[in-house]
Amino acid sequence: MASRNISVSETSRPVLPRHTRLKFDETRQVWVILAPERVLAPDEIAVEVLQLCDGVRSVSDMVDQLAAKYAADRTDIATDVIAMLQDLADKGFLTQAREKTS
Amino acid sequence: MSEILSQGTATPAASSDGLAVLEGRRSTAETFGIPLAVLAELTHRCPLQCPYCSNPVELDRGSSELTTEEWKKVLTELAEIGVLQIHFSGGEPTARKDLVELVQHASDVGLYSNLITSAVLLTKEKLSALADAGLCHVQISFQGNEPVVADRVAGLKHAHAKKIEAAKWTRELDLPLTVNAVMHRQNLHQLSDIIQMAVDLDADRLEVANVQYYGWALKNRAALMPTVEQIEETSRIVEEAAVRLKGVLAIDYVVPDYYALRPKKCMGGWGRQFFNISPAGKILPCHAAESITGLEFESVRSNHSIAWIWQNSEAFNRYRGTGWMPEPCKSCEFREVDFGGCRCQAFALTGDAGNTDPACTLSPMHEQIFKQAEREAAAHQDRFLYRNFAGGTLETEGDHGA
Repeated sequence: MASRNISVSETSRPVLPRHTRLKFDETRQVWVILAPERVLAPDEIAVEVLQLCDGVRSVSDMVDQLAAKYAADRTDIATDVIAMLQDLADKGFLTQAREKTS
Repeated sequence: MSEILSQGTATPAASSDGLAVLEGRRSTAETFGIPLAVLAELTHRCPLQCPYCSNPVELDRGSSELTTEEWKKVLTELAEIGVLQIHFSGGEPTARKDLVELVQHASDVGLYSNLITSAVLLTKEKLSALADAGLCHVQISFQGNEPVVADRVAGLKHAHAKKIEAAKWTRELDLPLTVNAVMHRQNLHQLSDIIQMAVDLDADRLEVANVQYYGWALKNRAALMPTVEQIEETSRIVEEAAVRLKGVLAIDYVVPDYYALRPKKCMGGWGRQFFNISPAGKILPCHAAESITGLEFESVRSNHSIAWIWQNSEAFNRYRGTGWMPEPCKSCEFREVDFGGCRCQAFALTGDAGNTDPACTLSPMHEQIFKQAEREAAAHQDRFLYRNFAGGTLETEGDHGA
């Protein structure tokens, strides 16, 4: 249950849960997130951020990368990215990479 | 981010005002995009005998079922034309020996797969093999929160215990779980406990689905119809739980339409955003559509493509949009809200699928049917007619079919 209610911060290493798929729908020419009983259409920015969510990168790394790419203010990017990831996490489309205990 | 599909809600492209423009400009066939999700009823065989079974009263025999190769060809074709999700259902889909192979094929062609199951035939090994084949989501039906009521409704001994076990395996394998609870007069008193059971099983979603009365359920209406008081209590319990369990358990609630003012937007409108494939390969606008006599449904075994059948077949176009509507639907301000309700229910209760669904208070038959439902609920005739290939078996004293 805990994994379903994560709190996103710069140290989080988010990843799409295994039952959630991000894919490009060739027929409708849009990116979609496939989840139980749902198909969502993320916008361009969400797709770019979600593609960075591999469970290895931290949110901090993602923000650095995006700030460099768009030559934008790091604080602004961090605020936007964390808000978006938290929203996705609250809806169950994002989880925290499992801690390796061994 | 916009949600483009969620349990029967319309896609943006098919929103009511957008559609009105499209229908005026283009042919009907061009208006309807390929559905995002399709229901594959792999078989009508099932070890359960639920008296409200949504399969048609005339069940497809095992010998008429599509073969493994035919289903694979269908799955490939569905993915090619733009279907994104496949729901493997039945009958009991795990009664098919080739289920793992079909789930693997769905994964191979890029379909997101859901298993809609009674779970009583599952073993941990089988579920694990399905997960390895790429299964994305498991939905398990429950008939109650404990074996006495649940096994009696299912008409199968030890069914409930097996379901609980399979639900636990589902979560152990880290697969998302939906608990589907079909509710009626004889189990509504367990609703609070069923909600707690779903939480205890670590389910992600709970569907509280009131029985829909056509086919087998119509035969059992007197034994299943809830009282008005029960329905009021149900709504109160669901609303309270939805708030209390926000972020823990998502609850989808289907109101029983006999006690509603407006009919349900059945299937999101006939032929608008959904089709299913019967065990014998017929493409149907809803899983109960074969109950409507006089409609010819095309099969995947015909010379037509699935896309052609969806867009052009007579059965799909008969009740599409609003052009077919009689009064009171024709001039009704809600005609693109509910699309006249349910065609199967209109047929079952009025003898004509082209009539307004009597669940609507504007139907001339509504009053009579509502009164009858109230009388039936109050009469407490609780004996079930169990669903089976023999045409149904009446529950006997003490035996309870289970």
